[in-house]
Amino acid sequence: MAYQRYDYEVIASWIQGGERVLDLGCGDGSLLKYLQETRQVRGYGVENEPERIVSSIANGINVLQLDLEQGLAGIEDDAFDHVIMSLSLQAIHNTQGILAEMLRVGHEAVVSFPNFAYWRHRQAIINGRMPVSESLPHQWYNTPNVRFFTIADFEALCAQEGIVIREGLAFDDGKLVLDEPNFMASVALYRLGRQNA
Amino acid sequence: MNNASSVGIVTPQVARFDQPLALRCGASLPGFELVYETYGQLNRERSNAVLVCHALSGSHHVAGHYADDPGNVGWWDNLIGPGKPLDTDKFFVIGVNNLGGCYGSSGPLTTNPATGRRWGADFPFVTVEDWVDSHARLADLLGIERFAAVVGGSLGGMQAMNWATQYPDRIGHAVVIASAPKLTAQNIAFNEVARQAILKDPDFHGGHYYEHGVVPARGLAQARMVGHITYLSDDSMDRKFGRKLRHGQPIYSYDVEFEVESYLRYQGEKFAGFFDANTYLLTTKALDYYDPAADCGGDLTRALSPAEAQFLVVSFSTDWRFAPSRSKEIVGALLHGDKRVSYAEIDCAAGHDSFLLDVPLYHGVLRAYFDNIRV
Repeated sequence: MAYQRYDYEVIASWIQGGERVLDLGCGDGSLLKYLQETRQVRGYGVENEPERIVSSIANGINVLQLDLEQGLAGIEDDAFDHVIMSLSLQAIHNTQGILAEMLRVGHEAVVSFPNFAYWRHRQAIINGRMPVSESLPHQWYNTPNVRFFTIADFEALCAQEGIVIREGLAFDDGKLVLDEPNFMASVALYRLGRQNA
Repeated sequence: MNNASSVGIVTPQVARFDQPLALRCGASLPGFELVYETYGQLNRERSNAVLVCHALSGSHHVAGHYADDPGNVGWWDNLIGPGKPLDTDKFFVIGVNNLGGCYGSSGPLTTNPATGRRWGADFPFVTVEDWVDSHARLADLLGIERFAAVVGGSLGGMQAMNWATQYPDRIGHAVVIASAPKLTAQNIAFNEVARQAILKDPDFHGGHYYEHGVVPARGLAQARMVGHITYLSDDSMDRKFGRKLRHGQPIYSYDVEFEVESYLRYQGEKFAGFFDANTYLLTTKALDYYDPAADCGGDLTRALSPAEAQFLVVSFSTDWRFAPSRSKEIVGALLHGDKRVSYAEIDCAAGHDSFLLDVPLYHGVLRAYFDNIRV
């Protein structure tokens, strides 16, 4: 799914100028490029799709080909100010592992994901079909997504894993959703920290 | 790609240096010569030069062919030329034969001024660091203050890496392909088997075989056979040869039976027909000695800290001689040192030799990277 402008802006607002940033599942590198231009971050993108590596290089960002299912071995603790994963968490099997890794190598983590409990998704299920929408654009048989979860599920997991939610925002159609986000929002964004930090 | 073509006919040139070159082994070369080739045009700002460093058996003949030998095509011709990933319409590309080589640069085959005879085994040990110093002299001669990029695969990648730390203000980009920050014991062991094959050949004569009118061809062929196995992958050998038997069934003989035996013998003998055994010995030692982190207590991040260049590191999935994990060590050290680095791990069945092939994604990565270099 293509990055949305609001996604960029919210993430940029959580990042200080000149920070060290790691962007997991960086796609073609456009978010990192945006953060370099607006926040002068020193960053690296991580991808495992060869074509996206080529696009990221063409975009002039640092990109590293790594399999996120293997974690972030080789990267030292606290190497980054922020570790970002924008709209990729649902495509990774090792959910708990990668969240732990993000908060190991990063002081804070930024995560966004499609909300499976969005009302349009619920409606599709009630009608007997798997949801296909802007935030979940694939068919059930060709989706790269392997984890289907909701805003409520994610917050429960954070509580269970001792991950502190420093900030959480929910969106629908690029607009902030304040009421009933688990029903009304198609995408959620979180800024996460460690309990003891 | 679409309208990519060859650089065409090329002519090697010789650069003569009369200032002594102090070597890491403690010896000093009173003067030396380097054979090199260039492709494309040096621009007015002299900002578009790219140095290509060769590996164990490579040479200065990187692209194009010779007028009197059209079949002799440069070893990286698929990468370098007009419209190719390392585009000679944009870059001025230089290939150089390293010191100690056997393609014309000062080495065991050339004359020792002190004796008037071929250096042979008396040619001093040369290291990656020494090669980089000699390249810098060549750059001075050509009026190149700063390379847009230094590129190399395998041992060539080590030179590119060292360029970034030895002359940080003279290199914009280091492209390190199928390389490693140092050899492992297993890797050194392969080199030692190769060296022993040469050193134990009765025709070696302590490295002064030229004077005896012979070459240690058996030893050199055997050395190449060992090396060659390590440059291929288990899979690619299996696909190419499997257990195919020349006679269709075992004939219970030590003559060639399995096709892989025939192939290795052919490769070994071919190599022994043109390469110099002393160069092979010297070059494998340069590989073994390479360990830039040694002076920093093994801390590669600290060893690479002087670098100002941007890095591209590339590895290949089936390369076990210079495995992806070794490239990741380089990447990790650069990342922790706050250096600019990109890393690609290319899926290719051909093992270490993959770096010489025209793998679309590999060349796609290089093309995207070189296209982004401002000159």
